[in-house]
Amino acid sequence: MSNAMKSVAIAGAVTAALGAHATGANAAENVKCYGVSLAGENDCKAGAGTTCAGTSTVDYQGNAWTLVESGTCESDSPVLAKSGEEVDLPGDRMGSLEELSRDLPS
Amino acid sequence: MLDSTPRFTALPHAPGVGYKAQHYAAIMHDPAPVAWLEIHAENYMGEGGRPIAQLRHLADRFAFSVHGVGLSIGGETPLDRDHLARLAKLCDWLKPASFSEHLAWSTHDSHFLNDLLPLPYTTSTLTRIADHIDEVQEALNRPMLLENPSSYLTFAESTWSETDFLAEIARRTGCGLLLDINNVFVSATNLGYSPQGYIDSFPLDKVGEIHLGGHDEDADETGAPLLIDSHGREVADPVWALLDHTLDRSGPRPLLIEWDADIPDWPVLAAEARRAEAALQRVPA
Amino acid sequence: MSVSQSDFHAALLDSAAPVPSGLRDGNGRAAGNRFSVYRNNVAVSLTEALEVNFPAVRKLIGEKKFRAMAGIFLRQHPPEAPMISQYGTEMPDFLKTFQPLAHIGYLPDVARLELALRQSYHAADATPVDPAILGTMAPEALMGAHLDLAPALRLLRSDWPVHGIWSYKMEPGAPKAVHEPQNVLILRPDFDPRMTVISNAAVAFLQGLLDGTSLGTAHDRGIAVDPDFDLAHILGLLIGGKAITNIITGES
Repeated sequence: MSNAMKSVAIAGAVTAALGAHATGANAAENVKCYGVSLAGENDCKAGAGTTCAGTSTVDYQGNAWTLVESGTCESDSPVLAKSGEEVDLPGDRMGSLEELSRDLPS
Repeated sequence: MLDSTPRFTALPHAPGVGYKAQHYAAIMHDPAPVAWLEIHAENYMGEGGRPIAQLRHLADRFAFSVHGVGLSIGGETPLDRDHLARLAKLCDWLKPASFSEHLAWSTHDSHFLNDLLPLPYTTSTLTRIADHIDEVQEALNRPMLLENPSSYLTFAESTWSETDFLAEIARRTGCGLLLDINNVFVSATNLGYSPQGYIDSFPLDKVGEIHLGGHDEDADETGAPLLIDSHGREVADPVWALLDHTLDRSGPRPLLIEWDADIPDWPVLAAEARRAEAALQRVPA
Repeated sequence: MSVSQSDFHAALLDSAAPVPSGLRDGNGRAAGNRFSVYRNNVAVSLTEALEVNFPAVRKLIGEKKFRAMAGIFLRQHPPEAPMISQYGTEMPDFLKTFQPLAHIGYLPDVARLELALRQSYHAADATPVDPAILGTMAPEALMGAHLDLAPALRLLRSDWPVHGIWSYKMEPGAPKAVHEPQNVLILRPDFDPRMTVISNAAVAFLQGLLDGTSLGTAHDRGIAVDPDFDLAHILGLLIGGKAITNIITGES
C-alpha cells in the first residue's frame, strides 16, 4: 500500500470512528461498565475474630493448605472448551501460559 | 477546666465521623449533625479517579482531618521518606485542619503489617519517637497529633507510664495529642487500671481531637476480659461516660466517631454523632 | 528482657513461634494469647484486603481455599507499602507457582486482570482532547500524528478467555466463557474502568501508540498482524473511552 493510500485509509477510519462516536454506536458495542468502587482500604480497627482466629478452624498458618481439600478446582468450571463442552481441569489443554506482556503502560 | 483552646488543630468543637465512600451521597444530601470528616491518609494516595474526586468535592464543604495509619512512627528503623512525601503531597492539596498519627509501629524490614503494633515505654523509645515526630512536623510544616493506642499487653522493660510518655513527647516536640477514649477504656480494662485515673493524669491541654469507637469483648486464657478495638459497633455506654468525665476536665474538643467494620447506613452513624453533639452541649464552652 | 521489633515481627508471622518473652498482661504474667490479638490483626486484615482486591479469584477457587492461599501469600509477600489498595501485585506470579492451584491455568491471568482494573481505577485523571480535531486534520498529518493515551488505560493479553471467566464469576447471569485467547483493553472514561475484548491486531496497534510511534506506523503494525485490521473500531473505542489525551502533529 502506498503512503497516499494508507493516509486515505486512516482518514477514512477516523471519519468512521467519529461518526460512530457521534451516534453513540460504540457505547452499545461490547463495552460494559464495571464499577470497582471498593479496593481494599486502610483503617485502624483491630481484626475480627479476636484471639481465637489464629488457632481455630479458620486457620491462617503457613501450612494451612492441608486443612482444605486440595488438588481440584471447584467442579463448576467457568470455561467451555467449545460450545457446551467444559474445559477439563486439572490439566489445561492450552499448555502452560507463555510469558505474557505486563500490563501497559506501567 | 482548661480555658484555653489548644492550637494543634483547626477542627471545630463539633462532631465528625470517619468518612466512608458508601456515605458520600448521604453526606452531600444532609450531613447534620456532622461538621467535619476524617480520612485515613493511605486511602487517598492514588493518582486520581473517584476517591480523589470525591475528596475534592467534600473538601469544598467540610473541614478534614487526615489520620495516618501507615507511617510507623514508633518503628526502630528510619521513617519511610517516600511515605512522608506522599503525606506531604496529600496535606498540600487537601489542606486539612488536622494531621494525626499513632503511638505505634507497623513497618519492619520494608514489610507493612497493617496493624498498630505496641511499643515499650522506655527513654530510648521516647527519644526515637520524638525524633520521628520532629521529622514529620518538619516535612508537613505543621504540628501533628499523636494518638494513644489500644493495648492488649505491656512490655516488662517499660519504665514510663503511658500518660507521662505521651506528655513528655508532646513537651519535647511541640506536637499535640489525639485522645481516643475508647482506646483508654480498652487498655484500662485489658491491663487492669482505672480509665478515669488515666484521663486524670493525661495532659488534656495538649488534646486537639478526641476519638470514640466501638469495641468487642473477648477473654484471655485466664478468663480475664480482653476488649478488642474493633470499630464495628456503637460506642459503649461506659465509654460515653468516660467522655463526659474527660470533657468536664478538658472543655469542648473536636469529637470523632470511628466505625471501620460492619459499616452501618448513614442514619446509624449520624445518631452516634448526635450523641457526641449532646455530650459537647452539656459542657460549658 | 527487651523485645526488639525483629523478634516481634518474626513471631507475628509465624504462629508456631513462641510469644516473645518480655511481654506481660496487666498483672506481670506472661502475655500468652494476648499476643494472638496482633497475630490475628495482621493475618485477618491482610486476608480481608486480598479478598476485596481479588474478588474474582476468590469466587473461582472458593472462600475456604482463598483464605488458605491468602494465609500463605501474606507471609511470603507482606505489603511493601502502606497503601492497602495496592496490595497483591505479586499475586499473579505467586499463583503460577503455588502448587495447590497451579493446575488452574487461567487463575494468574484473572489476578492480572483484577490488578489492572484496580490500577486503572486509581490512575491519574486526564482530560481527553476533542476528537473532532482528528476530523479536521489532513490525511498526511493524521498519518504522522502521535496520540497520547490516558494513564488509566491498561492492556492485557491472555491465552485464556480471561474476560469471559471474570464475567462469568462477577456478573449474575453471564454465560460460561468459550475457550479462546482474549486480549482485554481497560479504559476509564470517567471513574469506572470498562473492559473490552480486542483483537491481536488492535493490541499491536495500541502497543505501537504506547511505544510512541505515529498513527501511520501503529496502523502498519496492526495490518502486519491482520490485513483486515479494523482501525475505525479501535479508534472508536479510544474516543468513546475518553482515552486520547493529546494529538501531537509530526513534521513529516
